[in-house]
Amino acid sequence: MADVFINSQYVGKVDNASTFTQDIRDLRRKGSLSGEVNVYFNETANDVFIWSDAGRARRPLIVSKEGKSLLTEKHLQQLDSNEITWADLVRQGIVEYIDAGEEENALVAYNVEDLTEEHTHLEIESFAISGITAALVPFGNYTPSSRLIIGSKNQKQSLGFYAANYHLRMDMDANILHYPHFPLVKTAIHDVTDYHEHPSGQNMIVAIMCYDGYNMEDGVILNKGSVQRGLARSTYFRPVSAEELRYSGGLIDEVSVPDKEVKGYRTEADYAFLEGDGIIYPEATVQEGNVVIGRTSPPRFLSSLDEYNLSAAIRRESSVSLKHGEKGVADFVAITENEEGNKLVQVRLRQERIPEIGDKFTSRHGQKGVTGILVPQSDVPFSISGVVPDLIFTPHGVSSRMTISHLIELVGGKVGALGGRFVDGTLFKSEAEEDLRQELTQLGFNEDGKEVFVDGRTGKQMLARIYVGNMYYLRLRHMVANKMQSRARGPIQLLTRQPTEGKAKEGGLRLGEMEKDTFIAHGASLLLKERFNADRAVIPVCEQSGLMGFYDARKAGRSVSPLFGDNSDMANVEMSYAFKLLLDEIRSLGVYTKLNLKNKY
Amino acid sequence: MADHTKVLNSYKKKLPPSILEEIKDLFPSAGTDKKLTTVLDSTVQSYEDAKINPGECVGLVSAESIGEPGTQMTLNTFHLAGVAEVQVTTGLPRIIELFDAQKTIKTPMMEIYLKSPHNKLENIGKFAARIKEKVFGELVQEFSLNIFEQTLTVNLSKELLDNFGLAVKELVKSLKTKAKGFNIEFEENKIIFSQKGKTEEIKDLYNLKEKIKAVKVGGIKGLKQVLPVKRGEEYIVLTAGTNLKDVLALDEVDTTKTVSNDLYETFAVLGIEATRQLIIDEVYKVIESQGLNVNIRHIMLVADIMCANGQVKGITRYGVVSEKASVLARASFETPIKHLINAALEGEIDNLSSVVENVMINQPVPLGTGLPGLVTKMK
Repeated sequence: MADVFINSQYVGKVDNASTFTQDIRDLRRKGSLSGEVNVYFNETANDVFIWSDAGRARRPLIVSKEGKSLLTEKHLQQLDSNEITWADLVRQGIVEYIDAGEEENALVAYNVEDLTEEHTHLEIESFAISGITAALVPFGNYTPSSRLIIGSKNQKQSLGFYAANYHLRMDMDANILHYPHFPLVKTAIHDVTDYHEHPSGQNMIVAIMCYDGYNMEDGVILNKGSVQRGLARSTYFRPVSAEELRYSGGLIDEVSVPDKEVKGYRTEADYAFLEGDGIIYPEATVQEGNVVIGRTSPPRFLSSLDEYNLSAAIRRESSVSLKHGEKGVADFVAITENEEGNKLVQVRLRQERIPEIGDKFTSRHGQKGVTGILVPQSDVPFSISGVVPDLIFTPHGVSSRMTISHLIELVGGKVGALGGRFVDGTLFKSEAEEDLRQELTQLGFNEDGKEVFVDGRTGKQMLARIYVGNMYYLRLRHMVANKMQSRARGPIQLLTRQPTEGKAKEGGLRLGEMEKDTFIAHGASLLLKERFNADRAVIPVCEQSGLMGFYDARKAGRSVSPLFGDNSDMANVEMSYAFKLLLDEIRSLGVYTKLNLKNKY
Repeated sequence: MADHTKVLNSYKKKLPPSILEEIKDLFPSAGTDKKLTTVLDSTVQSYEDAKINPGECVGLVSAESIGEPGTQMTLNTFHLAGVAEVQVTTGLPRIIELFDAQKTIKTPMMEIYLKSPHNKLENIGKFAARIKEKVFGELVQEFSLNIFEQTLTVNLSKELLDNFGLAVKELVKSLKTKAKGFNIEFEENKIIFSQKGKTEEIKDLYNLKEKIKAVKVGGIKGLKQVLPVKRGEEYIVLTAGTNLKDVLALDEVDTTKTVSNDLYETFAVLGIEATRQLIIDEVYKVIESQGLNVNIRHIMLVADIMCANGQVKGITRYGVVSEKASVLARASFETPIKHLINAALEGEIDNLSSVVENVMINQPVPLGTGLPGLVTKMK
């Protein structure tokens, strides 16, 4: 007697659980039950679980009976001639979707040849067990699974040719790689997914060696000559948009070049790129602060009293301009309407991104790294046959991570480049390393992929022979240009008068609690005081009441005590604004914070 | 043989007695006074150089010096498989326990050193067995309930009785209070309980059996586990559970070396100086066991602070921090509003004499360069 559960609800008991589950599966294959039902018999707990709810990850497998696959040559021919489709196979019970539970009862063969009586299913393709993105890593079965996951995750961040109509789209943070390549070492997934139509990397010549430590700790070194010839160059697109918002009282924003009378008018130079319609002209090169879309808004808080007041009727400036540190070229202008029927202006900014120090690159094996230096081509080490690497990768990255596939791809790429063909690196079915090495010797190169190198700076032959070949490298979207920021003086927060935080607000880098402690530990208290001067405030304090006073405009700007008025001696006290705020907050608790003043000297 | 006493005495004000003593021992007696003076002068120089400058921020440096390696400490105890040992909390949990001066610690433990004849291999086992806290249940070989006669017969293990040095007669004495309403007879290795009135149920006998199992019959209260181990040339006893007062009262115990790892017990029995030394030893033990290197002076400073006013105070908002003079400093540590309101009720004045307050109001901290002031003579 086994307990039966449907979607984790207990429904009853059955006598023979294994025939019961088999019956359900047969009914499903016949089409009497929905194909979305899965059943799982847990023998140790003697429970049967039937699942039909949403949210289960399921994968298709070919059903196998008595050691024979139900999918026959005939089916394949029919599929080829479009007589039947995938859906027909599912309907006929030849292919079925299995969830994580039912998988426990299944014995799946990887290949047709492996099928025995015991097998219940056959894998559609052996590399399908890894999933699509992980199968994009060539020679994946030579590398730890953790690196495959990292490698496939990295590929999602790579720049490439994401959409053929990119020039018509207004995508946020879009990147296009110039001259993307199809990888020399490919996997079957590349063919299946038409990778040649949306490639996302370039085949580079990679040498695995050190170069003055510029590639230590996962750095990569780029050949400046290659970069100048266009290696890994990309374009960055970012749309800027402005909407004509409607306000109560029939008032509306207006996209136009603002008048000089407008409240908050910037300098004339800032509006220099705007055409008559208030929108920037295409191909204008803009810098930070330049207005891209000119716009004015109706005055705020328009009450009935103000209608006769001339100054209040002046419109406000609300143009969209480039933020701190931004620059680019106005690439494309679109004027349209949004869902609410408001006029919407979008300007796409374009920026050419030449690889620079700090840009991120990766191979397909989870071996990402940041550019450490761009070496002039004359200084880059080269092989005696005259080949100069585009990229120098550090050997120390391999030992601990054990990414053997990275090393094999290098040889594979070399064979592919020299032999003028694509090398197959499909998971479990890749070309044998032995064959690749042999082919390399036939092409006139060392069997181990190593070559004698010459240091470009000294012209001397290097002591070690260098492992060099072709690899598919990806440029990742994390570029310093998007992240770099510095500040000396800048905006402050209204409440605390301390510097703002974060790049978007041109913020400072916080000198925090522990950093403060280091100053004190060094006894540098005066330096610390200076460092924290950002919110310095001089506040008049009443010597009698110890309360903070205020300036009274009616009394010629003299400061006044809140208790004794001007019958009091007011002293100017320097303190941090944050402390003034703290005093205010404590006072709001109903606590009288009295400052007992004493002359400092 | 020259007598150097006069020269040495003249340096009494410049050097501490321990250093003078050391020089006295090491300096060859044939040496001249002049040479001794040279030695002493350069010693004074080194001694002065080693002194910390005024305004040096020792507390913060200590905090950083302990805190930084503290981040690398492994969290849990290491165990050696197959080795009999008393489990001890080490690592970060133990450090927290010590610095917070927690009242109940996870693994109270003692190291009992013994005087000469007892610290030998042949005597140590017997001593350990004797001091271990024993309950009646441990000694029992068999309980038998006789339903017809309404009796409970307890057969005791002779071997264990001998081992622990207990007599049946004494056992009966300590059981008497728990077995009210029962007649007790005893023979060698056997105790028989019987109902006084025949009316009562068998359940009472069963309850009695459970009750007397837990009766403490010997040993020192609190010492749940004993483990004789070899430490150097001698054998000592490690215990789980502590009872410093009763252990020190035993004649065999070397009272100068025996320690408990419980701060409050040590404080109650031996006083504050011993507690301070215990804090230093225990913290240093943990830091050493983690393979870290922290100068002992930092730990000494913390221990000094914790014991400064004659009581053990943890580095918590109830302990050391509550003693801070500054309201703002206390408020900046934990529970700010509570401190501010209490300060308001008492009308406290903050003299802004320490570090945190001055950082808050952005005034120079009275340390390092912020410490000295200039005084000018006006004419």
